[in-house]
Formats: sequence, C-alpha cells, structure tokens
Amino acid sequence: MRLARQILIWAALGAAIAVPIAAAAASPLLAWRDPVYIAAGFAGIVAMASLLLQPLLVGGYLPGLPAARGRRVHRAIGGVLVAAVVLHVAGLWVTSPPDVVDVLLFRSPTPFSAWGAIAMWAVFGAALLAALRRKLRIRPQAWRLGHTALAAVTVLCSVVHALLIEGTMETVSKAVLCALVVGAAVKVAVDLKLWAIRPRRRA
Amino acid sequence: MTRSLLTRRYLLAAGGALAATGASGLLVPAQAKGLAPTPSMRGGANNYLPGAPIVERIGGGGFWMSGTVRRAGDGAPLAGQRIQIWAHTTEGYERDPHSHGATLTDANGVFRLEMPQIVPAFGQPHGHLAYDSGEFETVFLRPVMASSSDTSLEAHFVLKPV
Repeated sequence: MRLARQILIWAALGAAIAVPIAAAAASPLLAWRDPVYIAAGFAGIVAMASLLLQPLLVGGYLPGLPAARGRRVHRAIGGVLVAAVVLHVAGLWVTSPPDVVDVLLFRSPTPFSAWGAIAMWAVFGAALLAALRRKLRIRPQAWRLGHTALAAVTVLCSVVHALLIEGTMETVSKAVLCALVVGAAVKVAVDLKLWAIRPRRRA
Repeated sequence: MTRSLLTRRYLLAAGGALAATGASGLLVPAQAKGLAPTPSMRGGANNYLPGAPIVERIGGGGFWMSGTVRRAGDGAPLAGQRIQIWAHTTEGYERDPHSHGATLTDANGVFRLEMPQIVPAFGQPHGHLAYDSGEFETVFLRPVMASSSDTSLEAHFVLKPV
C-alpha cells in the first residue's frame, strides 16, 4: 500500500511535468521557429517545472527524498533552474535582440515581459543567497526569510509571466502546471511556517 | 420652515444647473484642437530594416495588413505615402529581409498589402509598420491581433508635418 502510494506520487509528478512539455512539443507554432527559438521556449518550461520541484524537495514531500536528502537535490535543481533561465533569455536574445533588450530595460510593449524580468532577477538573487550561504555569515533566520521572499517573488512573477504569454505551451496544461507550482509553494510555506521568526519544523 | 427649505433646494438646483451649463460651455473650444498625431508604439521599430522595397505582396500572401494615413490637425487623407510592413509570419522571422515590404496609400489615404499569415512571436501575434519618408515625422506602429487566427490586421497613421 505504501509502495503504491509512493509510485502514485512520482507518477503524478512525472505527469505534471511531462504533459505540458509534450503538449508544447505538439504546438503548431514550432513549424515557424528555428531550433534556437524552440530551445529558448522549452528552457522556459523546464524552468517552470523546476519551480514545481523546488518546494516539494524542501518540504520532503517526495517519497525516497526526505527533507535532508531533498535539500541536496533542491540545490542541484536550483542550478538547473538558473541554467534554464539563462538559456531561455540567451535563446530569445539570439532570436530577436531588440525585443530582449526592451524587456531587460523594462520598456517592452508586452505586459508579460516585465514579470519575466522581475522573476529572473529574483531567482538569481535566491540562487546567489544559496551559493553564498556560508560566506555571507548572516543569521539562519534572516537567510531563510530572504531566500523565501525571493523564491515567492520568483514563483508569483513566473506564473503571471507564463499565463500572459501566447506561445508554444498549450493553455490548459500550462494553467495546471502554474496552479501546481503555486500550490506547492504555498503548502511548503504553510507547513514549515517559512515566514516565522522561529519556524516550527515538521517532525 | 418647509417653504424655506424648498426654496433653498430650488436655488441650489437652479444654481447647479446654471454652473454645469457654463462649465460645459467653457469646455467646448477644447474639441476644436483637431486630430492629434499618432505617437510611435513601444517596440514598434524592433527588427526594422530601412528601405523595404515596394512590392505587390510579401511572399505568398493570405493575410491582409491595411490602414489609413491622415494629416494631423485637419485629418485630410494623405495619398502616395510609403508604409513599410514586417512581421514574424509562416514564411519568416521579423529580421529576415523577405519578411519586409512596402506599399503606397491610394487617393483616399488607404493602404492595403497582402502578406503571409502572422504567427505569435515573443508572446503576441503582432505586426510592425513604419512611416519614415521624411515629409512627416517618423512613426513606428506595433498593432497586436485580437486573435492569432485572424487573417487581417489594421493600423492607422495620423502624421505630423516636419
């Protein structure tokens, strides 16, 4: 019974990530894009999938990955997330430099691009805090609040960014993935009381 | 008591009506300023290639870009004005030279150019248009399609003499 539950959780997670990627791979828009532009789009989807994994790993919700081990994987996925965001922006830059320059300078006409730019700087900030955790020597509570705040901004802005875009992602699978990303983030924040000065850790 | 209240109410109503009439009368001259020039849109000049040739149609066609060109102030239609058009279509990227073309307005200031179907790029199905012939101030437009399945798009220019 326990094994069945574990298999079910992993299967559900696999589907939550695989279905939107498969749906995007079937997008008719791909016919009119070259490989660099297509790769940039999929890097964005991989980044969104990473945003779903991160809170699940921190909360130790995934079978076989309790919190302690989950956090090691959380760090690795954090690296994947940053790399995916860099590839996303770099691929779009190669495809149309002036459009990406407009986004980075917050003067783009598209309403979703500012959200994407803010999410990018927030995720870079969260990753930088993680990389410099030892060196910075800030109090663990302050570190956790800072990392949590930047992660929350990343999640919120990434979801708005993705939902406003008309691109290769299929709309229903995109909305479901976004809802799961927000749900996972809210659940771990509530369970671990991530906003508290002294969090009560789950047993 | 009642009578005096009614009297005051009547005075307020009459005074208010009079004030409203006066105010609206004062606002009327503002409408006589005329047609304001179209400002360039953000991102309108992205992937612009100067000197797009005047063409019968861009590529294989199937999609219609149309609009009007008028003079600021009196709104007179401007004939013979060169409008340049480009977009990410089923046949190429915005930056590809073969995605660019130009056309001239007719006697009524109307232009219409057939081009390949515009497809969503950078998150929105949109086109680009430019007026930069020099007689009037340069304007770059970036209209967005209401739906990516639309097969036409309009953009209107009101140009200000240099």
